[in-house]
Amino acid sequence: MNLRTFWMRLGLASLVVCTLIVVAFMAALLFDLSWQGIPVLSWEFLTEFPQKGMTEGGIWPAIFGTTAVTLLATLLAAPLGVACAVWLEEYAGEGWLTQLTRAAVRNLAGVPSIVYGLFGLALFVQGMRMGASVLASACTLALLTLPAVIATTQEALRQVPRSLREGALALGATRWETTYSIVLPAALPGILTGVILALSRAAGETAPILFTGVAFYTRYLPASLFDEFMALPYHLYILATQHHEPEAVRPIAYGTAITLLLLVFLLNLGAFILRAQYHPKKRL
Amino acid sequence: MKARRRFWNQFFEKSLTASAFISIAILLGIFILLATNGWKAFQDVGLEEFLSLERWNPSAYDTPSYGLGALLLGTALTTLGAIAIAAPLGVGMAFFLAEIAPVRLRNVLKPAVELMAAVPSVVMGFAGIVVVGPFLAQLFGLPNGLNALNGAILLAFMALPTIVSVSEDVVQAVPRTYKEASYALGANRWETLVQVTLPACYSGLLAAVMLGVGRAIGETMTVLMATGNATAVPTSFFSSVRTLTATVAIEMGEVPTGTTHYYVLFACALVLFIITLIINIVAEQIATQLRRKGQ
Repeated sequence: MNLRTFWMRLGLASLVVCTLIVVAFMAALLFDLSWQGIPVLSWEFLTEFPQKGMTEGGIWPAIFGTTAVTLLATLLAAPLGVACAVWLEEYAGEGWLTQLTRAAVRNLAGVPSIVYGLFGLALFVQGMRMGASVLASACTLALLTLPAVIATTQEALRQVPRSLREGALALGATRWETTYSIVLPAALPGILTGVILALSRAAGETAPILFTGVAFYTRYLPASLFDEFMALPYHLYILATQHHEPEAVRPIAYGTAITLLLLVFLLNLGAFILRAQYHPKKRL
Repeated sequence: MKARRRFWNQFFEKSLTASAFISIAILLGIFILLATNGWKAFQDVGLEEFLSLERWNPSAYDTPSYGLGALLLGTALTTLGAIAIAAPLGVGMAFFLAEIAPVRLRNVLKPAVELMAAVPSVVMGFAGIVVVGPFLAQLFGLPNGLNALNGAILLAFMALPTIVSVSEDVVQAVPRTYKEASYALGANRWETLVQVTLPACYSGLLAAVMLGVGRAIGETMTVLMATGNATAVPTSFFSSVRTLTATVAIEMGEVPTGTTHYYVLFACALVLFIITLIINIVAEQIATQLRRKGQ
């Protein structure tokens, strides 16, 4: 074996090693969380309130809170994001306003989630006097997921062939009629995929709800939009770091982590299947 | 009938245009809100104290001090550590997926890595406490594993999905003719990879790493849970550090509105906002240049 072959083998092997390190780390992490977390899961764990200073009982209010806030945030973000994307792809020309909007969307996607949290605190909680509430948190999460909804909707709209639009316009439909009855239905699976991914992102975020409505513990489920709520990610955070007996609540923390992880993975799996099944290229 | 159709057409054109303004308004709104609140902190405290290494001690009884130095160092240490780990691993894995791996393996591994981007940051932080921390403590004989290194490792694996995914696309986009010409001249696979493919996609890889960095620098919950949060000036990767993001997360919930401390936290967020904005703009600039070169 000459020197050149030796270096080639060594080099290619180093790429394999890189991959193995990444895969091994991911596997170790998922294995530990599942190994310790899955045995904790039970019907009671998912449907009961925490008991005895959170050392016993379940996580039902956290599941309920996360579900409610995430759904509300998506309900707020989806129409707005789709409208913005439709304007960018179907209406806007190549003017300065389009450029500015694109730049704004791109940069919003990079803003740290804790900054959204501060913005939500100052705007929704204090400025609009919503108080720390389900509504304020949902609004903050809606802003956070907006750029992602816009980007995925744009992508879905771009996949719709131009000939469909031209056909509708040639038959005398107005631009809005074309968009509403031809383009949007064709892009719907792609848009839904984006919305599900936004749901999964919103469900896992902690920093934006930290000051806008999440509570350490509530005795009842939130009864209105202006109540505080418990949430899975925040529950995991306090169990892991803020509880006075971290070892005693470790099993419940593992259970919470695996519940959150399963929720997020299932949403992603749903989005993946939807995208694979209704790929616009296959349908048309 | 015709008039009504025209009306709705006009109506939706106008309202869709209005909705597009919202994203500009949000970005401007965030900036104005952070700037006006942060500005009051600069007036109260002064830039000199801000940038000094003086201890961050805003709730001291007699003379509170607001030095961002240690916190900026904490952010820098965890972020730079994360890049040092994630850039070689991510680019290496991207080359493996694009150049070596059989297509079927690639089609499993790439989505799997991208799925890792969906793991909530609080779950990563928890993993830092229960998996990475104890491992580091045992490996290096430390009393506990909550330090800058732990944060850097976790951030690296949070940035990796972005880096791997974008880099792999970049490597795939290198024209096959480049490689074929190199093979024809007698270069082997490794020589072709290092001397032909790598230079051809250098700036794309840079953009991929920058995007990953942007994610790492703004991460809050992971570092908050995994780095120990000491406000002292860090001396090594084994020091417990506290980042800008973690400081805001820990203290914002407890400060009274309208105090100097409150405004200082907004100033921290302003600094973060500007840093991430610059990183994003630079990454975008690189990507735009690439596209132009591609044409």
